[in-house]
Amino acid sequence: MQNDVVLTMRGIVKTFPGTRALDGVDFTLRKGEVHALMGENGAGKSTLIKVLTGVYEKDAGSIWVEGSEGEAPIHSPQDAQNIGISTVYQEITLCPNLTVAENMFIGRTKGSRVNWREYEKRADELLSNLGIPARARQELSHCSLAVQQMVAIARAVDMNCKVLILDEPTSSLDEKEVEMLFKLMRDLKSRGVGIVFVTHFLEQVYEISDRITVLRNGQLVGEYPVSELPQVELVARMMGKDLGDLADLEAVGEKSAGSQEIVYEAQDLSSVDCRPYDFSIRRGEVNGFTGLLGSGRSESVRAIFGADRVTGGKVKVKGKYVKITNPHDAMKNGIGYLPEDRKRDGIIADLSVRENIILALQVMKGFFHPMSKAQMKEFADEYIKALQIKTASQDTPIKSLSGGNQQKVILARWLLTHPDYLILDEPTRGIDVGTKLEIQKLVLKLAEENMSVTFISSEIEEMLRTCSRLIVMRDRKIVGELTGDQLTQGYVMKTIAGGEQ
Amino acid sequence: MVGKNNRRREPLTDAQLLMTISIGIFAAMYVAAMIFMGGGFLKAQQIFDLLNDNSYLIIIACALTIVMIGGGINISVGGVISFTCMACAIFLNGTGIAAGPLGIVLALLLALGIGLGFGLLMGFLVSYLEIQPFIVSLAGMFLARGLTTILSVNPVKVAHEGFLELVKSKIKISWLGYVAQNGNLIPAKIEIGTVVAICVVIMMYVLLRHLRLGRNIYALGGNRQSALMLGINVKRTCFYSYVISGLLSGLAGFVFLMHKPAGNASVAMRSEMDAIAASIIGGTLLTGGVGNVIGTFFGVMILATIQKIIALSPLNASWWQEMASGAMLGVFIILQSVVLSHRGKKAKE
Repeated sequence: MQNDVVLTMRGIVKTFPGTRALDGVDFTLRKGEVHALMGENGAGKSTLIKVLTGVYEKDAGSIWVEGSEGEAPIHSPQDAQNIGISTVYQEITLCPNLTVAENMFIGRTKGSRVNWREYEKRADELLSNLGIPARARQELSHCSLAVQQMVAIARAVDMNCKVLILDEPTSSLDEKEVEMLFKLMRDLKSRGVGIVFVTHFLEQVYEISDRITVLRNGQLVGEYPVSELPQVELVARMMGKDLGDLADLEAVGEKSAGSQEIVYEAQDLSSVDCRPYDFSIRRGEVNGFTGLLGSGRSESVRAIFGADRVTGGKVKVKGKYVKITNPHDAMKNGIGYLPEDRKRDGIIADLSVRENIILALQVMKGFFHPMSKAQMKEFADEYIKALQIKTASQDTPIKSLSGGNQQKVILARWLLTHPDYLILDEPTRGIDVGTKLEIQKLVLKLAEENMSVTFISSEIEEMLRTCSRLIVMRDRKIVGELTGDQLTQGYVMKTIAGGEQ
Repeated sequence: MVGKNNRRREPLTDAQLLMTISIGIFAAMYVAAMIFMGGGFLKAQQIFDLLNDNSYLIIIACALTIVMIGGGINISVGGVISFTCMACAIFLNGTGIAAGPLGIVLALLLALGIGLGFGLLMGFLVSYLEIQPFIVSLAGMFLARGLTTILSVNPVKVAHEGFLELVKSKIKISWLGYVAQNGNLIPAKIEIGTVVAICVVIMMYVLLRHLRLGRNIYALGGNRQSALMLGINVKRTCFYSYVISGLLSGLAGFVFLMHKPAGNASVAMRSEMDAIAASIIGGTLLTGGVGNVIGTFFGVMILATIQKIIALSPLNASWWQEMASGAMLGVFIILQSVVLSHRGKKAKE
């Protein structure tokens, strides 16, 4: 029975300053299986993979790989490759300016002269053997992304890999390309390669995998054969819930469905990263987009704000058709957006708290209408008090504040512009529970004051507490819109998973 | 069948395409010069003059191309030329063994040693200490120029007879010559430096095209992170690219001395900029990963031809030469980005 095991990881621990990214995780991979590794943001999937591929050194635990005596000595990506563990990352790690054959063999040739003709022949044989539509002498940049990924896999196969890790391989491929990739994966499976498949797409997991390991908060939730884990169970496990005990939530305030007036309405709105969808929100309404990570919820609201390149759709704000193609358009139409990644899109680390608060208003007014220092100070004071931002002074650089307080500063920035419609994308990620509650209360209070809010969070409880309407997304499509009695954890999860019981 | 498929012609790579463009432009420019300016351009000697005058530039342009393909830059090459020239001139004017025929060989070794030294130092700083190559080679340039002035503020003429003999010796090809007005046949003359430069181009072509180091340099410039993941020792590859460029600058210094046998602090001033321009015109991308030395060779020839045309025209003035070179560079960069973005779009479809 144990003979077909190709990789065993036991009790893997990895700590980073402040967090325990992996806490005694076990993982077992068998020959000729596709094993999906699932988990939400921060579950530890990528850390586990980086430990396995030698990018990170583990703090404790052991790894055995079939064919090598004792514990596998993995200290660098090179070591991992040498004992037969290959990884194909989401971002192609090949050189676009070299030929396909060169990408398959460079770094592995001996001697200072390379007989490329020989290697080109070998590459062509391997490519046709695996059914990959590429030619050895083609420049890699002339191949489609899917083919580039397959070339990376071919390289791994030629290195006699026993374990092939595919990290989000399908996220930038279209359906036909995904099919091509799956065909290749099935082929490799039949050759006895163990494949670790990391993805956000539930349907793909069920289409190709044999087994699923679920991680949550750095801990192992469990390992299941696919047939024994219905989709809805998988979602529940990933989110850390048991379908049985979903207690009712204590309310943080009155939820608001808003008035009749529609503040924002979009038809067939689409951007480079999101498919066309319809959406509207009423004055004073709080609604939310939910779905697993990668389901397209952030991309959808980014399209509303014009944060990604908008490619189509009609938009009405307060009953009038308007064009919103960039954030400045959106701001002029009274829309505010608090981005998901505050470090990258939100704060300007070296500027003071005051300057960070004033920023959006200054942009709205235009740079030729400067505000007086006294006015800025007044505004900043007002919001530091109103949102209870803990900062030494207005002049403190924002980077020295805690995550929760940084988030409040960005919130203050948008509130200062008095938007009619505010989009909050994961405003509570990475901040303490107390501040989370404060932000939830604030959202409800804003709605009371007739502001419309779209709220996104990975935690369903939070959304259920605040939203009167939930738009559910799966695999980049809207799959449901829930209101009233449907707003229970169980029902939301079923909708996310696809309704099958 | 498979074998046949294997040798099937692939579409031109970006580098080949850009190189083809520059060869085409050189040919068009030269033919236009032959038609409209006639005279010197109708003689084979004209081409050899361009080569003789610019042999050192061809060598340092190759040096630049190699580091630029690897994603780096080396602006110290001109400085190294001036330092090498001065050091060799002073050495050759010395007594004892330096005065004999062996002195020439030793001077060549001295030149290569100086270049190698600069290459090792800068390569170490850039590759292993990961300091910005622009800063490192800027420092290298100032250091080399400074050292030149320390050796001698005044120009030093080479008095070594054997060496002067070498300077004067030229390969004569009579069938490429022309008949002067007095009826004498004047054969085409090729300097030794030109032969050296052509050899360098061929050697660097082979290195970049066929040797493992060369392909690793391309990989490094194409995507450093990927190159690392593919198992290439990126630091060592980067280091070697600077060592080679340093060695070539030393050699270029010696070739320069064979063309103009005098050390001078202001020698080869700004030549690093010409070398960069020539590389770019020849199809090397500043972002790395794309380029080749054949293109670079034609890049030098294009710049040299422009200067010659202007020198022979009524516009003869240095600012016209510079403006024309600048305009050419601008046109090429625009052309490159247009061609590459067009191809990028097509590849995605």
